[in-house]
Amino acid sequence: MDLTPDEVRHIALLARIGMTDEDVVRFQSELSSVLGHIRVLQEIETTGVPPTANGADLLNVTAPDQPTPSYSRDAMLHNAPAVEEGLFRIRAVLE
Amino acid sequence: MEPQGPGWSLAAAARALRDGAATSQQLTSAALARVKDVDEHVRAFVTVTEEEALAAAVAADARITNETAGPLTGVPLALKDVITTAGVRTTCGSKMLERYEPVDDAFVTRKLKEAGAVVVGKTNMDEFAMGSSTEHSAFFSTCNPWNLDCVPGGSSGGSAAAVAAGMVPASLGSDTGGSIRQPAAFCGVVGMKPTYGRVSRYGLIAFANSLDQIGPFAHSVEDAATLLQAIAGHDPHDSTSAAYPTPDFASEIERGIEGLRIAAPREFFADADRMEPEVTEAVEAAIAVLEEQGAIVDRDTSLPLAKAALPVYYIIAPSEASANLARYDGVKYGYAYRDGDSMWDDMEQTRQYGFGDEVKRRILLGTYALSAGYYDAYYLQAQKVRTLIRRELRELFSRYQLIVAPTAPTVAFKIGEVSDPYEMYLNDIFTLPASIAGLPAISQPCGFGRDGLPVGLQFVADGWDEVTLFRGAAAYERATDWHTRSPTL
Repeated sequence: MDLTPDEVRHIALLARIGMTDEDVVRFQSELSSVLGHIRVLQEIETTGVPPTANGADLLNVTAPDQPTPSYSRDAMLHNAPAVEEGLFRIRAVLE
Repeated sequence: MEPQGPGWSLAAAARALRDGAATSQQLTSAALARVKDVDEHVRAFVTVTEEEALAAAVAADARITNETAGPLTGVPLALKDVITTAGVRTTCGSKMLERYEPVDDAFVTRKLKEAGAVVVGKTNMDEFAMGSSTEHSAFFSTCNPWNLDCVPGGSSGGSAAAVAAGMVPASLGSDTGGSIRQPAAFCGVVGMKPTYGRVSRYGLIAFANSLDQIGPFAHSVEDAATLLQAIAGHDPHDSTSAAYPTPDFASEIERGIEGLRIAAPREFFADADRMEPEVTEAVEAAIAVLEEQGAIVDRDTSLPLAKAALPVYYIIAPSEASANLARYDGVKYGYAYRDGDSMWDDMEQTRQYGFGDEVKRRILLGTYALSAGYYDAYYLQAQKVRTLIRRELRELFSRYQLIVAPTAPTVAFKIGEVSDPYEMYLNDIFTLPASIAGLPAISQPCGFGRDGLPVGLQFVADGWDEVTLFRGAAAYERATDWHTRSPTL
């Protein structure tokens, strides 16, 4: 079961990765190949087996709800691609 | 062993500092000189922090004079460029973060600075730690010091190569599916992945949260234990960092392995695919050494699901990566494309040009595995098989204290030789089971294979039992001299 070009475009849209038509063809072939190899997993019997979400046996780690000093605004904006009046400058979301 | 130059050890450097045979400024200058000498060929470093290193060396020398020095005070080290350093750019091997200057040190960076260690630079890596060859760095490939036409392994290839080439006595890398152990094997050095939760991931730029761990590279097992000692411990900033006491990791390295029960599961030996005969030979010879040392090695054991670790990993890690890397949207930091038709167009082009192909493949794979209609078949099923793999390993560790295996099925391959993505993923088949189960594991040199390239021997221990892991590896190291070999550059 190979991915179709439309499926690749759909995944790319979900992941917000721009793609040329050549990219679609290449990723279609590479992803189909990898998926073909990892599909063997579906043959393993897992009825009644609980999922494992992480490598540590930790559950519900909480921290006391105490305010502590945070980073300065200048520090947070230091790496910003565009800043205006102390805020992140972005394109309009609704045009 | 000389306190500086090719093959220098962390212990020798620390001894020289303590005895007054060398100052940190001398050792740091020697490290920087070695970088200038050989790194134009090896290309292990993305950033060399000469100024900061020399200032840290002056401070370290003052501490040594005041007798407030520890085992790492004044010792030059390198950090993989996935570990944040306040004010020093941290690229993650990606165009996306080419000019990124973190506001904060990672937990491990802070611990090393507090210990007085001198960070001489940031090492090259596969972009966002995704890869097994360091060829996926957005900047350049790192070369294997044993043969400059070959890869150093990856993703922590720069950190492994910097130690192998004698630029620094030790370094830190990160291991998600084998990214410390496989480059350690390829470069002929010791590389160790701690138990998941042993070392804080605060400031480790995330690839796959449930798997990522920071760990040491060094020339000896003892040096690796010393470095781990400095970076382990609970950190409230990482909710998966365990609040367990940190043991003295080196407490049993002199003990020997008389009577130690070691499993050599068939899946890593007779039943393994694609093994190079020279690798099998070197690892078999290593097992004979373990038996001479009194260990009881059982070859009649099995981990039937070991091979499922690869597909489990290539669903879980990309799934986590696809969520983690959603943050690179060109708004708060990192590369930003600003000439698109709309906000969405900008974001899509930011990610199109900011990420390399391997990172895109993993994001797409993870997005697919998590998407509606496929979640149960891929992601949930992988998490369930993860449970089964953990159960199998837990059962094995109820009867044995260590597992022995090759680190990788081959020695280092040529730069550009492996182009098929899945072929590249197969590098990790022997390192993935420990990653999936969160177990500690170590790779150490055990001889040379095809074309005189190093072979790695891997031990895996039960969760939180790094003490036994170092004990087994140290016993093997004492009985052999592979770890003392250095490449000629």
